[in-house]
Amino acid sequence: MDIVEQIVSGDIRATARLLRDIDDEIPSARDILRELYPHTGKAFVIGFTGSPGVGKSALVDQLAICYRKAGKTVGILAVDPTSPFTGGAILGDRIRMQRHFDDPGVFIRSLATRGHFGGLTRSTSDMVNVLDAAGKQVIIIETVGVGQDEVEIANSAHTTVLVTVPGMGDDIQAIKAGIMEIGDIFVVNKADREGSRNTVRELRNLIGLGARKRNGDDWEPLIVETEATKAKGIEKLYEAIEKHRAYFLTTNTEKWRQILQKRAKIQFVGTLKDQALRVLLERIEAHGDSFDEMIQKIVDKESDPYTIAQQIIDRELG
Amino acid sequence: MEKGRKLRILVAKPGLDGHDRGARVIARAFRDAGFEVIYTGCHQTPEQIVSSAIQEDVDLIGLSILSGAHTYSFPRIMELLKESNAEDISVIGGGIFPLEDIPKLKRIGIKEIFEPGAKLKDITDWVSSNIKPRAGIVLKR
Repeated sequence: MDIVEQIVSGDIRATARLLRDIDDEIPSARDILRELYPHTGKAFVIGFTGSPGVGKSALVDQLAICYRKAGKTVGILAVDPTSPFTGGAILGDRIRMQRHFDDPGVFIRSLATRGHFGGLTRSTSDMVNVLDAAGKQVIIIETVGVGQDEVEIANSAHTTVLVTVPGMGDDIQAIKAGIMEIGDIFVVNKADREGSRNTVRELRNLIGLGARKRNGDDWEPLIVETEATKAKGIEKLYEAIEKHRAYFLTTNTEKWRQILQKRAKIQFVGTLKDQALRVLLERIEAHGDSFDEMIQKIVDKESDPYTIAQQIIDRELG
Repeated sequence: MEKGRKLRILVAKPGLDGHDRGARVIARAFRDAGFEVIYTGCHQTPEQIVSSAIQEDVDLIGLSILSGAHTYSFPRIMELLKESNAEDISVIGGGIFPLEDIPKLKRIGIKEIFEPGAKLKDITDWVSSNIKPRAGIVLKR
């Protein structure tokens, strides 16, 4: 059996190894991804995002239980930040997902954001494709924060869940810009804390501002209160997610078409950028130019990024 | 080593003892040395540790143990790695070990044992020079 067959048959070791190769940008991974692509498209992809400490891992852990009870296999990609200084990372999301260790129906992978040229997004969506091809029926991506990477990851999910907690008024302010539009479901976790009702009310008001309706999307985002560590509200969250899935699969199939288009576009553009950059960097090197010297010229104002980029493009692609 | 290949290490505490300061300190030292650390914390069974190590595709498992239960958990972990066809994952230990146990642990394939007083720099240097990230998969067609 070769690696492609191993992955399609659900081999855990082979799957884990390919994910690593994708993360490390090993060129052969792309050939394997190409052969896996026809086996993708069956999984339901859920994105979880929110500030550190709001309880995303605990929620994902609980949600995995719900999907296992429903007879679905689950893949989890948990993303934590890389240290910008050392390049190292401590990935601790598994701590809250221990109970699944002897269940072959759950595959959990911790990922560091690193600082890929191609961006975290693309390698993450490649990894979603691997888990999809490996037969995972539900794939959950968990990411920290509300930066651009996270918005893009949300774009590569079918359903996006934004998690917050009571008493983070400023957090909601930060969430407002651009993020409110991407949340299909909002979770107020740690709902036993004071101010939970207020947070729900604030969210409801913000959603009411409705930037999404303009996109032909009449999904009314749902708000769910949970206490992940006590397994409270999880059924409601599960129902909300399934409701959203039913919405785009039956009520608004145009929306489903848009989601698929958007995902394909992000993946294609990401891959193209990544490969084009790789080729250009190789050519720069082959031409005997020094990448570091170019950077230095830009720093010293001997030249500028626009001129150098244009020169390379004219020379190599013109 | 392939360009951009990053060492991945699982840091775990097998068994019942909850003294995880050492494990946390070593996890940070590994991070600061530029490695990716998957930290799973206390009270891990050998089965959990091996299952995590395989899913995370780590190059090395670092076990921290102070309770004396290494005589059970270390051999069991080595056994499970073998059963899972994952013997290429290296294992090291840190913590408190009776001196006479150390050769026994090395005989079953534990690569190195670090005792109290081992310097963080010595441990990360040992890892850098002895543990290499595995090679990429080759698609044979």
